[in-house]
Amino acid sequence: MNGVPMEHGLVLASILFALGLGGLMFRRNMIFVLMSLEIMLNAAGLAFIVAGTGWQQPEGQVMFLLVITLAAAEASVGLALLIQLYHRFKTLNIDVASRMRG
Amino acid sequence: MELAFYLSGLTAVLATLGVIANPNPVHGVLYLVVSLLAVAMVFFSLGAPFAGALEIIVYAGAIMVLFVFVVMMLNLGQAAAEQERLWLKPRTWLGPSLLAAVLLLTLIGLLWQGNTQAMIEGGGLTAKGAGTLLYGPWLLLVELGALLLLAALVTASHVGRTTPVAAPSPAPRDMPTQAADQPVPRTTPGDKPPNTGGKPPNTGGEEVS
Repeated sequence: MNGVPMEHGLVLASILFALGLGGLMFRRNMIFVLMSLEIMLNAAGLAFIVAGTGWQQPEGQVMFLLVITLAAAEASVGLALLIQLYHRFKTLNIDVASRMRG
Repeated sequence: MELAFYLSGLTAVLATLGVIANPNPVHGVLYLVVSLLAVAMVFFSLGAPFAGALEIIVYAGAIMVLFVFVVMMLNLGQAAAEQERLWLKPRTWLGPSLLAAVLLLTLIGLLWQGNTQAMIEGGGLTAKGAGTLLYGPWLLLVELGALLLLAALVTASHVGRTTPVAAPSPAPRDMPTQAADQPVPRTTPGDKPPNTGGKPPNTGGEEVS
């Protein structure tokens, strides 16, 4: 066999995305929620790269650059929010911040 | 190349499982670093070395170091891991995992029906192609990325500042002394004094301690 079928790369990306989605839903610690978001963004970038290499188009790489920029921005804002949560409530449980006040 | 793809893909999936099922935040971050390195290996084996290098430098090198710094700064001890272990009951994770598995099966079924017939032989994606696209027809994307990063910088430096929050935080600790001196405006962790704009709680209650 010569080369990897494109479906296998896309299946790998969807497995990673589903794992991140599950982690996002059942974790309550905000660090793990942010890490699950990173996993999902990374899976989306992997799908872009697989499509780009499968069809030999450099646009996949460009979109991967945009995804990586988005992930960096999201991580910085999310970690700032995490620090605020810890300073105010002394816990990382996101359920304590369910009231929209202040 | 095929062996490298499948091996590193398996490593990525196992390390991601280690991330989402780990009670210890530091171990979770380290598993995530392993997962990202495995995905970078997938990129190398697919023939996109520029993307793989970017993945290692930006994701595993910059974003994950940010996570490690924050986890170290919060100084979570063994109690946090115990609390996490309590939260990780099968009752908690079974339902969401089933939902995610159903979505995954649907996605895989659709992918299997779609027969794209494309084989990835490796090679082809270089930094040159991405550069010519980015500074040619897709220049707007560079501007958008720059704007996004600037907005994230401003937001992170505004939200993440600790000086206005450090003032209300001693309030619960010395609550009796707070009740003793009455003229100090009472500051709970949620509300700020309404009449101050820029740096509210630094003016009144900070000199007491």
